[in-house]
Amino acid sequence: MKRRDFIELSANALGGLLIYSLAGTPSVLRAREGKVRLPLRFFTAREAAVIMAACERIFPADESGPGATQAGAMVYIDRQLAGPYGADAHRYTKPPFAESAPGPGYQGRDTPRRTYRAGIPKLGRDFAMLNGLQQDERLEAIETTHFFQLLRQHTIEGMFCDPMHGGNAGLIGWQLLGYPGPQMSYRAQMGQYNGVAYRPKPQSLQQILGSAVRPWEDEEKG
Amino acid sequence: MKTLAPVDVVIVGGGWGGMVMAQQIASRTPLSVLVLERGGPFRGPGSYAREMDEVDTFIRKRQAESLANETFTTRATGRDRANPIRQYAELPWMGTGMGGSGDHWGATSPRLMPEAFRLASHLRERYGASRLPPDIAVQDFGITWDEIEPYYTRAEQMMGTSGKAGNLAGKKIEGGNLFEGPRSREFPNPPHAMPYGPLLFAKAAKELGYHPFPMPSSTLSRSYVNPDGVGRVGCQYCGHCSGFGCMVGAKASPNFTLLPLLQSRKNFRARTHCQVRRVLHRGGKAVGVAYVDDSGREFAQPADTVVLAAWVFNNARLLMLSGIGDRYDPATGKGTLGKNPTYAVHVGLDYFLDEPQNNFMGSGGLAMGIGDFGGDLGDEGAARGAFQGGIIFAYQQGDPPVISAFGRIPHGETQRNWGSQWKKAALKWNDRYGIFLNTGNHFSYRQNHLDLDPTYKDKWGDPLLRVTMDWTEAERKQAAFMLEKEVRIAKAMGARAINPHPSAATSGPPLMVDQHSHGGVIMGTSPETSAVNTYLQHWKMPNLWVVGGSALPQGNEHLTLTVVALAYRAADAFVDRYVKQAGPLA
Repeated sequence: MKRRDFIELSANALGGLLIYSLAGTPSVLRAREGKVRLPLRFFTAREAAVIMAACERIFPADESGPGATQAGAMVYIDRQLAGPYGADAHRYTKPPFAESAPGPGYQGRDTPRRTYRAGIPKLGRDFAMLNGLQQDERLEAIETTHFFQLLRQHTIEGMFCDPMHGGNAGLIGWQLLGYPGPQMSYRAQMGQYNGVAYRPKPQSLQQILGSAVRPWEDEEKG
Repeated sequence: MKTLAPVDVVIVGGGWGGMVMAQQIASRTPLSVLVLERGGPFRGPGSYAREMDEVDTFIRKRQAESLANETFTTRATGRDRANPIRQYAELPWMGTGMGGSGDHWGATSPRLMPEAFRLASHLRERYGASRLPPDIAVQDFGITWDEIEPYYTRAEQMMGTSGKAGNLAGKKIEGGNLFEGPRSREFPNPPHAMPYGPLLFAKAAKELGYHPFPMPSSTLSRSYVNPDGVGRVGCQYCGHCSGFGCMVGAKASPNFTLLPLLQSRKNFRARTHCQVRRVLHRGGKAVGVAYVDDSGREFAQPADTVVLAAWVFNNARLLMLSGIGDRYDPATGKGTLGKNPTYAVHVGLDYFLDEPQNNFMGSGGLAMGIGDFGGDLGDEGAARGAFQGGIIFAYQQGDPPVISAFGRIPHGETQRNWGSQWKKAALKWNDRYGIFLNTGNHFSYRQNHLDLDPTYKDKWGDPLLRVTMDWTEAERKQAAFMLEKEVRIAKAMGARAINPHPSAATSGPPLMVDQHSHGGVIMGTSPETSAVNTYLQHWKMPNLWVVGGSALPQGNEHLTLTVVALAYRAADAFVDRYVKQAGPLA
């Protein structure tokens, strides 16, 4: 697997602390000032730029709050694609494939990795250079494709996943929702907040447990 | 293939069915009991806490059976080409490992209505055979309410089901489900504290003249020690429930309620990562099973008695692969193996409210329901071609937890499902919705059946099971009827908007294979019409028992409690009668 590519990001673009692990070794990148060089596991630097721009159009930063770039959604997708999910390690992949069959989900042959690698050129290599409206036009043109459906779903996952997966940097997605994270108990609150928001400060699984959890993409190589 | 030392009883599958049999037989007889489980060992509550991650556990389903190993193919009719279920989406969810699907269920635990056990007779009496859907194939279970009731009670006591009786020995009690069959005992635990949405549902339903009650849940509302002496603590409402193992053991699971009773017993063993591929048999008698371990080594495990308790449809598949029983033929209606697969007509809706719901708190079975449409839909329904309904309920399961819940927006409010406008709408409505479902009784039909797929194979080269099943006009009418009632309640709650779920009512391609599937090796009173007798003993092979959801002759969304009750009944028959004199019990 090619994983020597890096992408350089402006620290301001990221939502703060980014917990990142390459080859299963976690490290914390302090994305507060200057530039951050992020090692990529699957994407080339050029692909990463396209995906980052596309994620941002799907879930943009706007007056309602931060978006996919700040959450690090592209980083999430990069890691998922490099892991067992990206290689279809647990999908039933025996032929024959009935590409257009109705029913239980995607029936085709392509792994998520292949879907992305083949899909990105359809957005155009210049995608990251276009303005928002032009980017939306390109996305609209592929809206019905399997690639777009994956990209949309993965963008949402990258916004709101536990930060151990590379997205939701600085818990920015959970703050946006007011979601407290995987708290161990709401027994004291159940029945006490009827119709009233209960919004404790979000915490990641690692913060709650007091120890790191290894995500699937680090435990099992694709 | 290496032949191992024989055991008295080998049990295929460590889920509810298999573990009830294992615990009863190992505790009450000196027989040696071996459970063979395809997945891994019980990981323990500490591990479940570390699995409270939506991506790995809920979306990728890391703890479920890998579909790269085995899956099912589905098609609507016998004329169609079947396609495999290639990946997990929200559904299905094929449980694996010790505890099986009983480890990640939502623990919603209603009993069936008394007439459900004699549904074929009941429908004929109530509506007349000529009004019923053509090709309907529902059958009586072959046991009465009085026969099953003590086992329901035993199942509730073991699991610690939380709820409130609505019919205690014939006495109707306001606040419980007035439509339930008479129960001999109150629930072992009181109902849970209810969140806002279900409380609003109950209030609105009551104003409309219905009879709301707290949905029975086998997650504990308080600390509880069951009659077997197993203690557990109450639910923490952490919201990682359906789809997750319980990190405090409040949710009933075979691992929390049965396994602790077995671990010190010398006559019990569980062997994990053992994929059973065949029941071995000779001269009309099961002699053991053949399995392959995770390094690909093959073993023959001899046993005097074989109990199949695999994932629902895998019981039928194992029997087909082993050449045991007569395959069902939908053209003639003859044969019993692969007969009467069912699902649930569980049409529901999302409702939207102005107030925040704190949907991240919750528990799988945390719901208020009404039983007013739980069984017969009466003349009003029959006039519209809808005969049986389901318990309608509003639930708050914690909505695992954010990603999968994000983007619920009233229909028509946004054009696209991405971009700034969509994001704003999704954020606006995030945590401002709730969900209804109903338990959705599903009739069995003559044309629906299971057989072996001619094309697709599993990891070990065996044919996948092919599920041929579709909705009929009757399910569409039932779904439309139920949805109408649900919409009425949601409006009375003051819902800002209502999104009916895509379902039988609105069609769409059927999937119909998930943790709410049933049938294929059904129970009954005659070997002509059923594969196992009412003790779940195979009609043709008395030392072969087939327990689990496979035995149910027709469907409903929430049948785990019924599965456990039937397993206790089977275990009693085995221990009290079969052990003394091996042979057919019916």
